[in-house]
Amino acid sequence: MSDPLLRVEHLTMRFGGLVAINDLSITAERGHITALIGPNGAGKTTVFNCITGFYKPTEGRIALRHGDAAIWNELDALTGEGRRSRVRRDGALFLLERMPDFEVVRKARVARTFQNIRLFPGMTVLENLLVAQHTPLMRASGWTVLGLFGVPSYGKAERAAIEKARAWLDRIGLIDRADDPAGDLPYGAQRELEIARAMCTDPVLLCLDEPAAGLNPSESAKLARFLRMLRNEHATSILLIEHDMSVVMEISDHVIVLDHGVKIADGPPDAVRNDQKVIAAYLGVEDDEVSKVEAEVGL
Amino acid sequence: MTAEASKHASRPDIVRALRAAAFTGLVAFGLLLPLIAFRAIHDIRNELVLETRWPLFAAFVASAFVGQLIWQLLPRDRLKKMLAEFSRSPRKLAAAASTCALAAIILWIVGTAGFGAEAEIAFGLSYLFAFATIAFLIGAAAAWVTTRYPTSSAPGRERRHQIGIGLRMAGLGFLIAYPLMMLWLAGSQGSIKWIDNFGIQILIYVMLGWGLNIVVGLAGLLDLGYVAFYAVGAYSFALLAKNGLPFIAFASEYPYLAVDFYQLGPWAFWVLLPIAGILAAFWGILLGFPVLRLRGDYLAIVTLAFGEIIRLVLINWVDLTNGYAGISGVPRPSFFGIPFIEGEGGFAARYGLKFEAIHRTIFLYYVILVLALITALVTIRLRRLPIGRAWEALRENEIACRALGINTTTTKLTAFAIGAMFGGFAGSFFAARQGFISPESFTFMESAVIVAIVVLGGMGSQIGVAIAAIIMIGGTELMRELDVLKVIFGKGFDPTQYRMLLFGLGMVLIMIWKPRGLISKRQPSVFLKERKAVSSAHVREGHG
Repeated sequence: MSDPLLRVEHLTMRFGGLVAINDLSITAERGHITALIGPNGAGKTTVFNCITGFYKPTEGRIALRHGDAAIWNELDALTGEGRRSRVRRDGALFLLERMPDFEVVRKARVARTFQNIRLFPGMTVLENLLVAQHTPLMRASGWTVLGLFGVPSYGKAERAAIEKARAWLDRIGLIDRADDPAGDLPYGAQRELEIARAMCTDPVLLCLDEPAAGLNPSESAKLARFLRMLRNEHATSILLIEHDMSVVMEISDHVIVLDHGVKIADGPPDAVRNDQKVIAAYLGVEDDEVSKVEAEVGL
Repeated sequence: MTAEASKHASRPDIVRALRAAAFTGLVAFGLLLPLIAFRAIHDIRNELVLETRWPLFAAFVASAFVGQLIWQLLPRDRLKKMLAEFSRSPRKLAAAASTCALAAIILWIVGTAGFGAEAEIAFGLSYLFAFATIAFLIGAAAAWVTTRYPTSSAPGRERRHQIGIGLRMAGLGFLIAYPLMMLWLAGSQGSIKWIDNFGIQILIYVMLGWGLNIVVGLAGLLDLGYVAFYAVGAYSFALLAKNGLPFIAFASEYPYLAVDFYQLGPWAFWVLLPIAGILAAFWGILLGFPVLRLRGDYLAIVTLAFGEIIRLVLINWVDLTNGYAGISGVPRPSFFGIPFIEGEGGFAARYGLKFEAIHRTIFLYYVILVLALITALVTIRLRRLPIGRAWEALRENEIACRALGINTTTTKLTAFAIGAMFGGFAGSFFAARQGFISPESFTFMESAVIVAIVVLGGMGSQIGVAIAAIIMIGGTELMRELDVLKVIFGKGFDPTQYRMLLFGLGMVLIMIWKPRGLISKRQPSVFLKERKAVSSAHVREGHG
C-alpha cells in the first residue's frame, strides 16, 4: 500500500545547455529507506540539491506532506494558488521547489548531509549539535532580544537542547568526545556526527548523500544498523544516495536508479539488482552481453 | 663527533654563509641603487637635479652583507633551544627581571644625580629597563603557570581557567583604579596625558576592536571599511546635536516642523548616543546587503570601498558636513546633566571642588570604560545565544548552516549591524570627547589599524584584542615619551614618525611567531563535562 511522503514530479534541472535531470518523477514512502543510486554524474546529488532548496529546479514540482495522507488531494489546488505551503491541523503540504533552503529545513523539516563532510570543525561536538537546534533555540531566546537579558526560559530551552544532544551523542558513542573539536574526530565518527546533527533538526525526511563513503566494511555495517534504527525508532523516512551496494541492498526498502538524469529502474532491491538496464548502466555493456557479465559477477 | 670532523663540517658552513651574504649584498645593491644612491631634488633655482649618495648607499649594502653573514654564522639551532629553555623557565625569567629591575634603579639614581644629556640618557634607559622588568615578570608568571598547571591534565586546565578569571578581575580593578592612581601619581596637570592619551585613546580602540571582532572574528566576514561606522556614529552625533533633524526645510515659519536638540542642553550626549548607535547599525545593514553574496578578497575590497565612499561623501557634501573644515563645537558630555564648566551650575561648583579640566577627562575615561565593557559583555552573551553560535557556524561552514535551517542573510546582517552599532557608539563618544570632527579622522588607516588589532589579538578572542590594542595604540603613544632616542639620534629625530615602520615589523614578527594572533585558541560557548579550548588548527578563519 502506497503512502508517499515526498513526491518529485517531472523534475528537470538544466545548467545552461547541460541537462542534469530530465523529467524525473520519483516518490519516497513514509517510514521507508529509499535509495537513489546510479553511476557517477547520473544527477543524484542534483536531485538532493533540488529537494533541499539549494537549487531551484528548471521545471517540475517537489511536494512533501506532514501528517494525514488525505492532504495530497489539495496538491493541485496549492500549486495553482502559487503559495509555498498549506498547513492544517491534521497535516501540511509543502512545495519544496518554492522554498529557500533554510525554510525547507525549518518548516518542511527535510534535513540533509553532504558527500564531503561539512561539520563545523572549530566548534566542539556539542556545539555542532546545538547549532542544529538553532530554530527552536532562536525562538526560546526571543530572537536574541530576551536572551540578551537572560530570561530563564532560554536557560531552560538550552538545557533541553543539551539533553537532546547528549542523547544523540550517547547513541553514536561520542559522549566522551562531546567537548572536543569536531575537526579532531576520526573520519567515521565525523560521518556519524553529521547524521546526528541532521537528526537534531527533527526531520521527517533525512537525505543522506553517500554516508558510507570512505568507511571500512565494519564501519559500513555499523552505519547500516544505525540507519535502520533511525527508521524504526524515530519515524524518520530516509532518502539515501550510496555507492556501497552492500549497504544499499541490505537496508533499502526501495531503490531508484538514475542514469544521465533519467530514471532507468525503480523497485524493491531484489528487482533492481536483476534489472538488465541497471547492469548495463553500471557496467556499460551491450544487452546481449549482460547474461555473460551476470554470470561473471555471480548474480 | 670528533674535533676534526666538526672542523670539516664548519668549513663549508663559512663558504655557504659567505655565498648567502654575497647574494643578500647583491639584492641590496640592486634594490637600493635606485632608492638610495640616486635622489632627485629641486635646487635653489627650482630645477630638478640628480644627487648621488654613494657613501650612504655603500653603508646600506655593507650592512646587509654583514648582517646576513652574522645571521648565517650564528649557531641558530642552539640559540633557539636556549631561548626556548629560557622562556620556559620561571626561575631564569625571574632572574632576568630582577637584573633589569636593578639596572633600572641604578640608572634612575644616576639620572637623578647627574644632569644634562647624560642624565636624560640614564633616565630613558631606566624607563626601558623598567619595561623589560615588567615584561620578564609577566613572562616568569606565565612560565610558572605553564609548568605548574599543564593543559594536558583536567585539574590543570580548570585551575588555569580560574587563574584566567582572577586575572580578568584584577585587570578590571586596575582599569577602574587607573585614573585615580594617575591623578595621585602625576597630579591634576600631569595626569591628563596619561588618562587621555593612554587610557581613553586605548579604550576607544579596544571598543572598536571588540566591535569589529564580532564581524571579523566571529562571523568570519573581513570588513576593511569598519571606520565608516565610526564616522557615521561621530557625524550623526555631531550633526544631530548641532543642527537637529533637518525638517526645517519643509516649514520655514513658526511652528517649525523641526526637531532640534538644543533644549536637551547638557543631556544631548546621553540622548544622542543611542541614536547614533542605531543609525550606525542601520548603515551596517545598508552596506551589508550588497556584500551578502561576496566572499574573500571581493568582500574585503568592497567593504574597503564603502569606507572610502563614506569619507568622500563627508568631504564633498559641504552643505551638510562642512567638508574638510569639519564640525567644531560639538557638545561635550555632561555628568548626567551637570556640565563640566567653570562657575555656577558646573560640576566643580556643585560638588564643592576647585574647577579643573581633569574632572571631565576622568569622567570621559569612565564613560568609554563602561561603553567598552558593555561591548564585551554583550559579545560574551551573544556568543552563548543561538545567534552567536550561528555566526561562528557561518565562519566554519556556510553551506552546512543553510542545511540546518539558519537564514544566512539575516545572520550576516545582524553581525554587520551589531558590529556597526558598537562602532557608532565609539564614534559618537569620539566626537563628544574631541568636540571637533573632520573627515581626516576617518581614513583607511584607521580601518587598517582596527583590523590589525583584531588580527594581532587573535580573531575571536576578546582578551587578545584588548592586549593587541594596548600594545599597538599604547606603543604608539609611548613612542612620544621616548626622548632618550632623541639624545641618541639627534634633536631632529621624532620616534613617532617610525611608528608605521614598527607596526609593520611587529606584524611580520607576530605572523611568524603566532600566525593566528596572540590568543589563537577558541573558547567553546558551552561544554558538557569539561571546558577545553579549541586549538587554532581546527578553527576556520572564515571566507573573507
